[in-house]
Amino acid sequence: MTTRQAEHVEAAEHTAAGEVEPGQSWVEGFSRVAPPLTERTAPFWTSGADGVLRIAHCRDCGRYLHPPRPVCPACRGRDVGFDPVSGRGTVWSWTLNRYQWVPSMPPPYLVADVELVEQPGLRLLTNVVDCPPERIHVGLPVRVCFSQAGDAYIPLFRPASPASELRGAGDARE
Amino acid sequence: MRGSEGRRAEDSALITGVGRSAIGRRLRVDPWVLTADAALAAIADAGLTPDDIDGVSTYPGAFWSTPGITGAGVDDVRAMLGLNLRWHTGGGELAGQLGSIVNAVLAVAAGLATHVLCFRTVWESTAQEGYGSRSATLLGGGGTQGQPVRFGRELTQWSTPFGIGYPCYAAMEMQRRIELAGASREKYAALALVTRSYAARNEAAVYRDPLTLDQYLGARMISDPICVYDCDVPVDGSVAFVVSNAAAAGDPGRALRLEAMGSASGFDESAAMMWERTDLRPADVDLAQVYDGFSVYALRWLEALGFCGRYEALDFIEGGDRIGPTGDLPLNTGGGQLSGGRLHGYGGLLEACLQLRGEAGAHQLPTARQLAVVTSGAESFTSSLLVGAPH
Repeated sequence: MTTRQAEHVEAAEHTAAGEVEPGQSWVEGFSRVAPPLTERTAPFWTSGADGVLRIAHCRDCGRYLHPPRPVCPACRGRDVGFDPVSGRGTVWSWTLNRYQWVPSMPPPYLVADVELVEQPGLRLLTNVVDCPPERIHVGLPVRVCFSQAGDAYIPLFRPASPASELRGAGDARE
Repeated sequence: MRGSEGRRAEDSALITGVGRSAIGRRLRVDPWVLTADAALAAIADAGLTPDDIDGVSTYPGAFWSTPGITGAGVDDVRAMLGLNLRWHTGGGELAGQLGSIVNAVLAVAAGLATHVLCFRTVWESTAQEGYGSRSATLLGGGGTQGQPVRFGRELTQWSTPFGIGYPCYAAMEMQRRIELAGASREKYAALALVTRSYAARNEAAVYRDPLTLDQYLGARMISDPICVYDCDVPVDGSVAFVVSNAAAAGDPGRALRLEAMGSASGFDESAAMMWERTDLRPADVDLAQVYDGFSVYALRWLEALGFCGRYEALDFIEGGDRIGPTGDLPLNTGGGQLSGGRLHGYGGLLEACLQLRGEAGAHQLPTARQLAVVTSGAESFTSSLLVGAPH
Protein backbone atom coordinates (compact mmCIF):
# COMPACT_ATOMS: atom_id res chain seq x y z
CA MET A 1 0.00 0.00 0.00
CA THR A 2 1.39 3.37 -0.90
CA THR A 3 1.51 6.26 1.51
CA ARG A 4 -1.25 7.97 -0.40
CA GLN A 5 -3.53 4.94 -0.24
CA ALA A 6 -2.89 4.68 3.48
CA GLU A 7 -3.90 8.29 3.88
CA HIS A 8 -7.08 7.63 1.96
CA VAL A 9 -8.02 4.68 4.17
CA GLU A 10 -7.21 6.63 7.29
CA ALA A 11 -9.28 9.52 6.04
CA ALA A 12 -12.20 7.26 5.29
CA GLU A 13 -12.13 5.83 8.78
CA HIS A 14 -12.42 9.31 10.19
CA THR A 15 -15.42 10.16 8.07
CA ALA A 16 -18.26 11.40 10.22
CA ALA A 17 -21.56 12.47 8.78
CA GLY A 18 -22.26 16.07 9.68
CA GLU A 19 -25.59 17.60 10.33
CA VAL A 20 -26.96 19.21 7.17
CA GLU A 21 -28.08 22.78 7.59
CA PRO A 22 -29.02 24.58 4.39
CA GLY A 23 -26.64 27.39 3.54
CA GLN A 24 -27.89 30.82 2.63
CA SER A 25 -27.82 32.34 -0.78
CA TRP A 26 -25.26 35.10 -1.19
CA VAL A 27 -25.90 38.08 -3.39
CA GLU A 28 -22.86 39.81 -4.84
CA GLY A 29 -22.04 42.99 -6.63
CA PHE A 30 -20.39 41.20 -9.52
CA SER A 31 -21.24 38.27 -11.74
CA ARG A 32 -19.11 35.17 -11.68
CA VAL A 33 -18.16 33.09 -14.67
CA ALA A 34 -20.49 30.12 -14.68
CA PRO A 35 -18.79 26.74 -14.84
CA PRO A 36 -19.74 24.33 -17.61
CA LEU A 37 -22.31 21.82 -16.42
CA THR A 38 -21.17 18.39 -17.51
CA GLU A 39 -22.35 14.92 -16.64
CA ARG A 40 -19.39 14.60 -14.29
CA THR A 41 -19.82 17.83 -12.40
CA ALA A 42 -23.34 19.22 -12.83
CA PRO A 43 -24.67 17.63 -9.61
CA PHE A 44 -21.99 19.50 -7.68
CA TRP A 45 -22.54 22.84 -9.33
CA THR A 46 -26.34 22.74 -9.13
CA SER A 47 -26.49 21.28 -5.65
CA GLY A 48 -26.91 24.63 -3.95
CA ALA A 49 -30.34 25.16 -5.50
CA ASP A 50 -31.82 23.86 -2.23
CA GLY A 51 -29.07 25.35 -0.10
CA VAL A 52 -27.31 22.02 0.42
CA LEU A 53 -23.75 21.24 -0.60
CA ARG A 54 -23.33 17.81 -2.15
CA ILE A 55 -19.95 16.19 -2.64
CA ALA A 56 -18.98 13.17 -4.71
CA HIS A 57 -19.06 10.21 -2.34
CA CYS A 58 -17.94 6.63 -2.69
CA ARG A 59 -20.81 4.47 -1.51
CA ASP A 60 -18.47 1.47 -1.28
CA CYS A 61 -15.92 2.81 1.22
CA GLY A 62 -17.50 6.04 2.33
CA ARG A 63 -14.77 8.34 1.09
CA TYR A 64 -15.66 11.78 -0.25
CA LEU A 65 -13.74 12.99 -3.31
CA HIS A 66 -13.42 16.46 -4.75
CA PRO A 67 -13.21 17.41 -7.57
CA PRO A 68 -15.72 14.74 -8.60
CA ARG A 69 -14.37 11.68 -10.36
CA PRO A 70 -16.21 8.55 -11.43
CA VAL A 71 -13.86 6.17 -9.58
CA CYS A 72 -12.92 6.24 -5.91
CA PRO A 73 -9.13 6.65 -5.72
CA ALA A 74 -8.98 4.79 -2.39
CA CYS A 75 -10.95 1.58 -3.08
CA ARG A 76 -11.46 1.99 -6.84
CA GLY A 77 -15.17 1.63 -6.20
CA ARG A 78 -17.39 2.59 -9.12
CA ASP A 79 -20.48 3.50 -7.11
CA VAL A 80 -19.72 7.20 -6.73
CA GLY A 81 -22.66 9.53 -6.21
CA PHE A 82 -23.33 12.96 -4.79
CA ASP A 83 -24.40 13.09 -1.16
CA PRO A 84 -25.24 15.99 1.16
CA VAL A 85 -22.60 17.26 3.56
CA SER A 86 -22.96 19.58 6.51
CA GLY A 87 -21.57 22.62 4.76
CA ARG A 88 -19.27 23.21 7.71
CA GLY A 89 -15.50 23.44 7.43
CA THR A 90 -12.38 25.32 8.42
CA VAL A 91 -10.03 27.53 6.45
CA TRP A 92 -7.00 25.37 5.52
CA SER A 93 -5.31 28.40 4.02
CA TRP A 94 -6.25 31.66 2.42
CA THR A 95 -5.01 34.62 0.41
CA LEU A 96 -6.26 38.11 -0.28
CA ASN A 97 -6.15 38.24 -4.06
CA ARG A 98 -5.45 41.68 -5.47
CA TYR A 99 -5.06 40.92 -9.17
CA GLN A 100 -7.96 40.99 -11.60
CA TRP A 101 -7.88 37.53 -13.15
CA VAL A 102 -11.48 37.54 -14.33
CA PRO A 103 -12.87 40.65 -15.99
CA SER A 104 -16.15 40.46 -14.06
CA MET A 105 -14.52 40.04 -10.63
CA PRO A 106 -12.83 43.22 -9.41
CA PRO A 107 -10.33 42.55 -6.62
CA PRO A 108 -9.56 42.43 -3.79
CA TYR A 109 -11.33 39.32 -2.58
CA LEU A 110 -10.49 36.41 -0.32
CA VAL A 111 -9.55 33.08 -1.87
CA ALA A 112 -9.46 30.09 0.44
CA ASP A 113 -8.96 26.37 0.54
CA VAL A 114 -11.65 25.12 2.91
CA GLU A 115 -11.42 21.73 4.57
CA LEU A 116 -14.84 20.22 5.16
CA VAL A 117 -15.52 18.66 8.55
CA GLU A 118 -16.58 15.38 6.98
CA GLN A 119 -13.08 14.16 6.16
CA PRO A 120 -9.48 15.24 6.76
CA GLY A 121 -8.00 16.54 3.52
CA LEU A 122 -11.38 17.04 1.84
CA ARG A 123 -10.80 20.55 0.57
CA LEU A 124 -12.62 22.95 -1.73
CA LEU A 125 -11.07 25.94 -3.43
CA THR A 126 -13.49 28.78 -2.87
CA ASN A 127 -13.94 32.35 -1.70
CA VAL A 128 -14.59 33.43 1.86
CA VAL A 129 -17.18 36.19 1.89
CA ASP A 130 -18.74 38.35 4.59
CA CYS A 131 -15.40 38.43 6.40
CA PRO A 132 -12.93 41.33 6.81
CA PRO A 133 -9.49 40.23 5.57
CA GLU A 134 -7.93 41.05 8.94
CA ARG A 135 -10.18 38.50 10.61
CA ILE A 136 -9.53 35.46 8.44
CA HIS A 137 -6.97 32.92 9.61
CA VAL A 138 -5.99 29.30 9.19
CA GLY A 139 -8.48 27.22 11.11
CA LEU A 140 -11.34 29.71 10.97
CA PRO A 141 -14.68 27.82 11.14
CA VAL A 142 -16.80 28.60 8.10
CA ARG A 143 -20.19 27.66 6.67
CA VAL A 144 -21.26 27.27 3.08
CA CYS A 145 -23.40 29.76 1.21
CA PHE A 146 -24.15 29.96 -2.47
CA SER A 147 -23.92 32.56 -5.22
CA GLN A 148 -25.88 31.91 -8.38
CA ALA A 149 -24.11 32.10 -11.74
CA GLY A 150 -26.23 31.04 -14.65
CA ASP A 151 -27.64 27.64 -13.77
CA ALA A 152 -24.87 27.00 -11.26
CA TYR A 153 -24.77 27.68 -7.53
CA ILE A 154 -21.19 28.53 -6.63
CA PRO A 155 -20.35 27.28 -3.13
CA LEU A 156 -18.75 30.03 -1.07
CA PHE A 157 -18.02 30.16 2.62
CA ARG A 158 -18.61 32.73 5.36
CA PRO A 159 -17.49 32.73 8.96
CA ALA A 160 -19.54 30.37 11.11
CA SER A 161 -19.72 33.13 13.73
CA PRO A 162 -20.64 36.72 12.95
CA ALA A 163 -17.63 38.78 11.90
CA SER A 164 -17.91 40.91 15.03
CA GLU A 165 -17.18 37.85 17.15
CA LEU A 166 -14.07 36.74 15.25
CA ARG A 167 -10.68 36.97 16.83
CA GLY A 168 -8.20 39.28 15.20
CA ALA A 169 -5.41 37.63 13.26
CA GLY A 170 -3.15 40.64 13.20
CA ASP A 171 -0.12 38.85 14.61
CA ALA A 172 -0.28 36.17 11.99
CA ARG A 173 -0.36 38.55 9.07
CA GLU A 174 2.33 40.84 7.80
CA MET B 1 20.21 1.68 -4.43
CA ARG B 2 17.19 0.73 -6.43
CA GLY B 3 17.80 0.28 -10.12
CA SER B 4 21.37 -0.91 -9.62
CA GLU B 5 20.38 -4.52 -10.32
CA GLY B 6 20.28 -3.76 -14.00
CA ARG B 7 21.84 -1.12 -16.17
CA ARG B 8 20.62 2.34 -15.23
CA ALA B 9 19.41 4.55 -18.07
CA GLU B 10 21.41 7.41 -16.56
CA ASP B 11 24.68 5.55 -17.21
CA SER B 12 24.02 5.46 -20.94
CA ALA B 13 23.45 9.17 -21.45
CA LEU B 14 25.45 12.38 -21.36
CA ILE B 15 24.47 15.99 -21.87
CA THR B 16 26.84 16.84 -24.70
CA GLY B 17 25.51 20.16 -25.90
CA VAL B 18 24.06 23.31 -24.39
CA GLY B 19 22.63 26.31 -26.19
CA ARG B 20 20.38 29.29 -25.75
CA SER B 21 18.85 32.07 -27.78
CA ALA B 22 18.61 35.70 -26.77
CA ILE B 23 16.54 35.92 -23.58
CA GLY B 24 14.56 38.99 -22.68
CA ARG B 25 11.37 40.92 -22.30
CA ARG B 26 9.35 41.87 -25.36
CA LEU B 27 11.92 40.62 -27.86
CA ARG B 28 9.21 40.49 -30.54
CA VAL B 29 11.14 37.74 -32.31
CA ASP B 30 9.47 34.81 -34.03
CA PRO B 31 9.67 31.98 -31.45
CA TRP B 32 10.80 29.62 -34.22
CA VAL B 33 13.82 31.88 -34.68
CA LEU B 34 14.54 31.70 -30.95
CA THR B 35 14.19 27.93 -31.13
CA ALA B 36 16.55 27.65 -34.09
CA ASP B 37 19.11 29.86 -32.35
CA ALA B 38 19.13 27.67 -29.25
CA ALA B 39 18.97 24.36 -31.09
CA LEU B 40 21.77 25.12 -33.53
CA ALA B 41 23.92 26.47 -30.70
CA ALA B 42 23.42 23.29 -28.66
CA ILE B 43 24.14 21.05 -31.64
CA ALA B 44 27.34 22.96 -32.45
CA ASP B 45 28.33 22.92 -28.77
CA ALA B 46 28.09 19.13 -28.87
CA GLY B 47 30.46 19.08 -31.84
CA LEU B 48 27.67 17.78 -34.05
CA THR B 49 25.71 18.93 -37.06
CA PRO B 50 21.94 18.74 -37.53
CA ASP B 51 22.55 15.66 -39.65
CA ASP B 52 23.69 13.85 -36.48
CA ILE B 53 20.46 14.57 -34.60
CA ASP B 54 18.09 11.62 -34.74
CA GLY B 55 15.82 12.44 -31.84
CA VAL B 56 13.84 15.42 -30.55
CA SER B 57 12.22 15.84 -27.15
CA THR B 58 10.37 18.88 -25.88
CA TYR B 59 7.90 20.24 -23.38
CA PRO B 60 5.10 21.01 -24.02
CA GLY B 61 4.96 20.60 -27.79
CA ALA B 62 2.95 22.63 -30.23
CA PHE B 63 -0.40 22.47 -28.52
CA TRP B 64 -0.71 23.19 -24.84
CA SER B 65 -1.81 25.96 -22.58
CA THR B 66 -1.86 29.61 -23.44
CA PRO B 67 -0.23 31.70 -26.16
CA GLY B 68 3.43 32.24 -25.42
CA ILE B 69 3.95 29.19 -23.24
CA THR B 70 5.04 27.11 -26.19
CA GLY B 71 7.09 28.48 -29.04
CA ALA B 72 7.53 25.49 -31.31
CA GLY B 73 6.54 21.86 -31.63
CA VAL B 74 8.58 18.80 -32.47
CA ASP B 75 7.49 18.74 -36.06
CA ASP B 76 8.11 22.47 -36.47
CA VAL B 77 11.73 21.87 -35.49
CA ARG B 78 12.07 18.71 -37.56
CA ALA B 79 10.93 20.53 -40.67
CA MET B 80 12.77 23.78 -39.94
CA LEU B 81 16.17 22.16 -39.32
CA GLY B 82 15.78 19.35 -41.83
CA LEU B 83 16.18 16.64 -39.22
CA ASN B 84 15.92 12.93 -39.92
CA LEU B 85 14.31 11.59 -36.79
CA ARG B 86 14.24 8.04 -35.52
CA TRP B 87 12.45 9.01 -32.30
CA HIS B 88 10.64 12.08 -31.03
CA THR B 89 8.25 13.17 -28.33
CA GLY B 90 6.64 16.32 -27.04
CA GLY B 91 3.83 16.86 -24.63
CA GLY B 92 2.51 18.59 -21.58
CA GLU B 93 1.92 15.63 -19.33
CA LEU B 94 5.54 14.87 -18.52
CA ALA B 95 7.48 14.62 -15.28
CA GLY B 96 7.83 18.37 -15.05
CA GLN B 97 9.31 20.45 -17.83
CA LEU B 98 12.56 18.52 -17.49
CA GLY B 99 10.62 15.33 -18.03
CA SER B 100 11.59 16.02 -21.62
CA ILE B 101 15.21 15.40 -20.60
CA VAL B 102 14.19 12.23 -18.78
CA ASN B 103 12.49 11.04 -21.94
CA ALA B 104 15.60 11.76 -24.01
CA VAL B 105 17.76 9.79 -21.58
CA LEU B 106 15.39 6.85 -21.88
CA ALA B 107 15.46 7.05 -25.67
CA VAL B 108 19.24 6.94 -25.96
CA ALA B 109 19.49 4.25 -23.27
CA ALA B 110 16.99 2.15 -25.19
CA GLY B 111 18.86 2.63 -28.43
CA LEU B 112 16.01 4.40 -30.18
CA ALA B 113 18.13 7.47 -30.80
CA THR B 114 21.80 8.47 -30.52
CA HIS B 115 21.69 12.26 -30.25
CA VAL B 116 18.46 13.81 -28.98
CA LEU B 117 17.83 17.55 -29.30
CA CYS B 118 15.86 18.77 -26.28
CA PHE B 119 14.37 22.24 -26.33
CA ARG B 120 12.02 24.58 -24.52
CA THR B 121 10.88 27.84 -26.07
CA VAL B 122 8.76 30.51 -24.42
CA TRP B 123 7.60 33.85 -25.80
CA GLU B 124 5.21 34.81 -23.03
CA SER B 125 6.46 38.35 -22.71
CA THR B 126 5.72 39.20 -26.31
CA ALA B 127 2.50 37.18 -26.31
CA GLN B 128 1.21 39.18 -23.35
CA GLU B 129 0.96 42.19 -25.61
CA GLY B 130 -1.82 40.46 -27.46
CA TYR B 131 -3.41 38.20 -24.90
CA GLY B 132 -2.66 39.38 -21.38
CA SER B 133 -1.13 37.24 -18.69
CA ARG B 134 -1.15 33.47 -18.83
CA SER B 135 -3.34 33.03 -15.80
CA ALA B 136 -5.78 35.72 -16.84
CA THR B 137 -5.96 34.19 -20.28
CA LEU B 138 -6.69 30.78 -18.81
CA LEU B 139 -9.47 32.24 -16.70
CA GLY B 140 -11.22 33.82 -19.64
CA GLY B 141 -9.74 37.28 -19.58
CA GLY B 142 -8.12 38.68 -22.66
CA GLY B 143 -5.66 41.25 -23.77
CA THR B 144 -6.22 44.55 -25.37
CA GLN B 145 -5.95 43.11 -28.86
CA GLY B 146 -8.10 40.43 -30.36
CA GLN B 147 -10.69 38.32 -28.66
CA PRO B 148 -10.36 36.87 -25.20
CA VAL B 149 -9.02 33.37 -25.42
CA ARG B 150 -11.25 30.82 -23.77
CA PHE B 151 -10.38 27.18 -23.66
CA GLY B 152 -10.16 24.31 -21.27
CA ARG B 153 -13.17 25.56 -19.31
CA GLU B 154 -13.68 22.09 -17.92
CA LEU B 155 -10.14 22.19 -16.55
CA THR B 156 -10.47 25.71 -15.16
CA GLN B 157 -13.96 25.31 -13.69
CA TRP B 158 -12.47 24.86 -10.24
CA SER B 159 -10.69 28.21 -10.40
CA THR B 160 -12.58 30.52 -12.79
CA PRO B 161 -15.83 30.88 -10.82
CA PHE B 162 -13.75 31.93 -7.83
CA GLY B 163 -11.31 34.22 -9.62
CA ILE B 164 -8.31 32.11 -8.65
CA GLY B 165 -5.06 32.67 -10.56
CA TYR B 166 -1.87 30.63 -10.27
CA PRO B 167 -0.30 32.90 -7.63
CA CYS B 168 -3.20 32.22 -5.26
CA TYR B 169 -2.11 28.60 -4.82
CA ALA B 170 1.45 29.54 -3.92
CA ALA B 171 0.14 32.34 -1.72
CA MET B 172 -1.87 29.86 0.32
CA GLU B 173 1.22 27.69 0.84
CA MET B 174 3.10 30.80 1.98
CA GLN B 175 0.27 31.85 4.28
CA ARG B 176 0.25 28.49 6.05
CA ARG B 177 3.97 28.87 6.66
CA ILE B 178 3.35 32.32 8.13
CA GLU B 179 0.65 31.15 10.51
CA LEU B 180 1.97 27.69 11.36
CA ALA B 181 5.75 27.80 10.91
CA GLY B 182 6.94 31.28 11.84
CA ALA B 183 7.48 32.57 8.32
CA SER B 184 7.19 36.23 7.47
CA ARG B 185 7.54 38.47 4.46
CA GLU B 186 10.89 39.62 5.87
CA LYS B 187 12.11 36.02 5.78
CA TYR B 188 10.60 35.25 2.39
CA ALA B 189 12.51 38.20 0.98
CA ALA B 190 15.80 36.30 1.25
CA LEU B 191 15.19 34.23 -1.84
CA ALA B 192 14.27 37.16 -4.06
CA LEU B 193 17.21 39.22 -2.80
CA VAL B 194 19.85 36.51 -3.14
CA THR B 195 18.77 35.46 -6.61
CA ARG B 196 18.62 39.10 -7.71
CA SER B 197 22.21 39.55 -6.59
CA TYR B 198 23.14 36.56 -8.72
CA ALA B 199 21.24 38.00 -11.67
CA ALA B 200 23.23 41.21 -11.41
CA ARG B 201 26.28 39.24 -12.58
CA ASN B 202 24.47 37.25 -15.28
CA GLU B 203 24.23 39.11 -18.56
CA ALA B 204 21.43 36.78 -19.72
CA ALA B 205 19.18 37.59 -16.74
CA VAL B 206 16.29 40.00 -17.32
CA TYR B 207 16.16 41.85 -13.99
CA ARG B 208 19.64 42.81 -12.80
CA ASP B 209 19.20 45.99 -10.77
CA PRO B 210 19.86 45.57 -7.03
CA LEU B 211 16.83 44.73 -4.93
CA THR B 212 16.60 45.83 -1.31
CA LEU B 213 14.57 44.50 1.58
CA ASP B 214 12.63 47.76 1.69
CA GLN B 215 11.79 47.43 -1.99
CA TYR B 216 10.62 43.89 -1.41
CA LEU B 217 8.48 44.82 1.59
CA GLY B 218 6.98 47.77 -0.27
CA ALA B 219 6.36 45.89 -3.48
CA ARG B 220 3.04 45.55 -5.24
CA MET B 221 1.07 42.71 -3.70
CA ILE B 222 -0.39 40.16 -6.09
CA SER B 223 -2.16 37.79 -3.74
CA ASP B 224 -1.16 38.28 -0.10
CA PRO B 225 1.43 37.33 1.04
CA ILE B 226 2.82 37.01 -2.51
CA CYS B 227 4.29 40.16 -3.94
CA VAL B 228 5.51 40.75 -7.43
CA TYR B 229 9.07 39.70 -6.47
CA ASP B 230 7.83 36.26 -5.41
CA CYS B 231 6.57 35.62 -8.94
CA ASP B 232 8.82 34.59 -11.80
CA VAL B 233 9.08 36.79 -14.85
CA PRO B 234 7.51 35.97 -18.22
CA VAL B 235 10.16 36.24 -20.90
CA ASP B 236 10.96 35.31 -24.46
CA GLY B 237 13.72 32.81 -25.00
CA SER B 238 14.72 29.30 -25.93
CA VAL B 239 17.11 26.82 -24.31
CA ALA B 240 18.30 23.60 -25.89
CA PHE B 241 20.41 20.59 -24.95
CA VAL B 242 21.75 17.59 -26.75
CA VAL B 243 21.44 14.32 -24.87
CA SER B 244 23.71 11.71 -26.42
CA ASN B 245 24.35 8.05 -26.03
CA ALA B 246 27.51 7.98 -23.92
CA ALA B 247 29.23 5.62 -26.34
CA ALA B 248 28.69 8.05 -29.20
CA ALA B 249 29.60 11.28 -27.41
CA GLY B 250 32.25 13.08 -29.41
CA ASP B 251 34.07 15.04 -26.72
CA PRO B 252 33.37 13.37 -23.36
CA GLY B 253 35.72 15.85 -21.74
CA ARG B 254 33.00 18.51 -21.80
CA ALA B 255 29.98 16.28 -21.42
CA LEU B 256 27.89 16.37 -18.27
CA ARG B 257 26.94 13.18 -16.49
CA LEU B 258 23.43 12.35 -15.35
CA GLU B 259 23.97 10.79 -11.95
CA ALA B 260 20.32 10.17 -11.22
CA MET B 261 16.86 11.28 -12.18
CA GLY B 262 13.50 11.25 -10.45
CA SER B 263 10.34 11.21 -12.54
CA ALA B 264 7.82 10.52 -9.78
CA SER B 265 4.82 12.77 -9.33
CA GLY B 266 5.17 15.15 -6.39
CA PHE B 267 7.95 17.23 -4.80
CA ASP B 268 8.82 14.61 -2.18
CA GLU B 269 8.25 11.61 -4.42
CA SER B 270 10.35 13.02 -7.25
CA ALA B 271 13.28 13.81 -4.96
CA ALA B 272 13.05 10.49 -3.13
CA MET B 273 13.09 8.57 -6.40
CA MET B 274 16.19 10.43 -7.53
CA TRP B 275 18.01 9.59 -4.29
CA GLU B 276 16.91 5.95 -4.56
CA ARG B 277 18.80 5.69 -7.83
CA THR B 278 22.19 6.77 -6.52
CA ASP B 279 24.54 6.38 -3.57
CA LEU B 280 25.15 10.13 -3.60
CA ARG B 281 23.51 12.08 -0.79
CA PRO B 282 22.36 15.68 -0.32
CA ALA B 283 25.66 16.47 1.42
CA ASP B 284 27.47 15.63 -1.83
CA VAL B 285 25.60 18.34 -3.74
CA ASP B 286 27.43 21.65 -4.07
CA LEU B 287 25.10 23.49 -6.46
CA ALA B 288 21.29 23.72 -6.61
CA GLN B 289 19.03 24.99 -9.36
CA VAL B 290 15.50 24.46 -8.13
CA TYR B 291 12.26 25.50 -9.71
CA ASP B 292 11.10 28.89 -8.53
CA GLY B 293 7.99 29.71 -10.54
CA PHE B 294 6.98 31.18 -7.21
CA SER B 295 9.52 31.69 -4.45
CA VAL B 296 7.80 29.27 -2.11
CA TYR B 297 8.27 26.44 -4.61
CA ALA B 298 12.03 26.81 -4.27
CA LEU B 299 11.66 26.43 -0.50
CA ARG B 300 9.46 23.41 -1.00
CA TRP B 301 12.09 21.82 -3.28
CA LEU B 302 14.91 22.38 -0.79
CA GLU B 303 12.82 20.55 1.79
CA ALA B 304 11.82 17.74 -0.57
CA LEU B 305 15.43 17.20 -1.62
CA GLY B 306 16.44 16.67 1.97
CA PHE B 307 18.63 19.74 2.49
CA CYS B 308 16.41 20.58 5.45
CA GLY B 309 13.18 19.39 7.03
CA ARG B 310 9.64 20.31 6.09
CA TYR B 311 8.94 23.99 6.80
CA GLU B 312 12.65 24.55 7.61
CA ALA B 313 13.80 26.02 4.29
CA LEU B 314 13.43 29.64 5.38
CA ASP B 315 15.78 28.98 8.28
CA PHE B 316 18.10 27.06 5.94
CA ILE B 317 18.50 30.07 3.62
CA GLU B 318 18.36 32.73 6.35
CA GLY B 319 20.94 35.44 5.86
CA GLY B 320 21.72 34.18 2.37
CA ASP B 321 25.29 33.06 3.06
CA ARG B 322 24.66 29.35 2.66
CA ILE B 323 23.05 29.82 -0.77
CA GLY B 324 25.39 32.63 -1.82
CA PRO B 325 28.34 32.39 -4.22
CA THR B 326 30.79 31.14 -1.58
CA GLY B 327 28.28 29.09 0.41
CA ASP B 328 27.88 25.36 0.73
CA LEU B 329 24.93 25.33 -1.63
CA PRO B 330 24.79 28.19 -4.12
CA LEU B 331 21.17 28.36 -5.24
CA ASN B 332 19.69 29.47 -8.56
CA THR B 333 22.95 31.11 -9.47
CA GLY B 334 21.80 32.64 -12.76
CA GLY B 335 19.09 34.57 -10.95
CA GLY B 336 16.52 31.81 -11.09
CA GLN B 337 13.23 32.41 -12.79
CA LEU B 338 12.47 35.20 -10.30
CA SER B 339 15.12 37.48 -11.79
CA GLY B 340 16.49 35.48 -14.72
CA GLY B 341 13.17 34.87 -16.41
CA ARG B 342 10.69 32.06 -16.77
CA LEU B 343 12.58 29.71 -19.05
CA HIS B 344 10.35 27.15 -17.45
CA GLY B 345 12.69 24.57 -15.95
CA TYR B 346 15.23 24.69 -18.75
CA GLY B 347 16.97 27.77 -17.39
CA GLY B 348 18.01 25.94 -14.23
CA LEU B 349 19.55 23.08 -16.17
CA LEU B 350 21.31 25.53 -18.48
CA GLU B 351 22.80 27.32 -15.49
CA ALA B 352 23.87 24.05 -13.85
CA CYS B 353 25.64 22.92 -17.03
CA LEU B 354 27.45 26.23 -17.48
CA GLN B 355 28.63 26.30 -13.86
CA LEU B 356 29.75 22.66 -13.84
CA ARG B 357 31.73 23.24 -17.06
CA GLY B 358 33.23 26.44 -15.72
CA GLU B 359 31.71 28.37 -18.61
CA ALA B 360 29.38 30.75 -16.79
CA GLY B 361 31.54 33.73 -17.65
CA ALA B 362 31.01 36.82 -15.52
CA HIS B 363 28.84 34.97 -13.05
CA GLN B 364 31.01 31.86 -12.71
CA LEU B 365 31.14 30.87 -9.04
CA PRO B 366 34.52 31.39 -7.38
CA THR B 367 34.86 27.69 -6.51
CA ALA B 368 34.46 24.91 -9.05
CA ARG B 369 31.32 22.89 -8.44
CA GLN B 370 31.09 19.13 -9.01
CA LEU B 371 27.49 18.03 -8.47
CA ALA B 372 24.30 19.94 -9.15
CA VAL B 373 20.72 19.12 -8.33
CA VAL B 374 18.21 20.52 -10.81
CA THR B 375 14.45 20.35 -10.40
CA SER B 376 11.50 21.50 -12.44
CA GLY B 377 7.81 21.85 -11.87
CA ALA B 378 5.67 21.81 -8.76
CA GLU B 379 2.90 19.90 -7.02
CA SER B 380 2.19 16.74 -9.05
CA PHE B 381 4.19 17.89 -12.09
CA THR B 382 7.79 17.38 -11.06
CA SER B 383 11.24 16.15 -12.06
CA SER B 384 14.58 15.97 -10.29
CA LEU B 385 17.98 15.56 -11.92
CA LEU B 386 21.40 15.07 -10.40
CA VAL B 387 24.03 16.36 -12.83
CA GLY B 388 27.76 15.77 -12.50
CA ALA B 389 30.63 17.87 -13.79
CA PRO B 390 32.69 16.54 -16.70
CA HIS B 391 35.34 14.02 -15.70
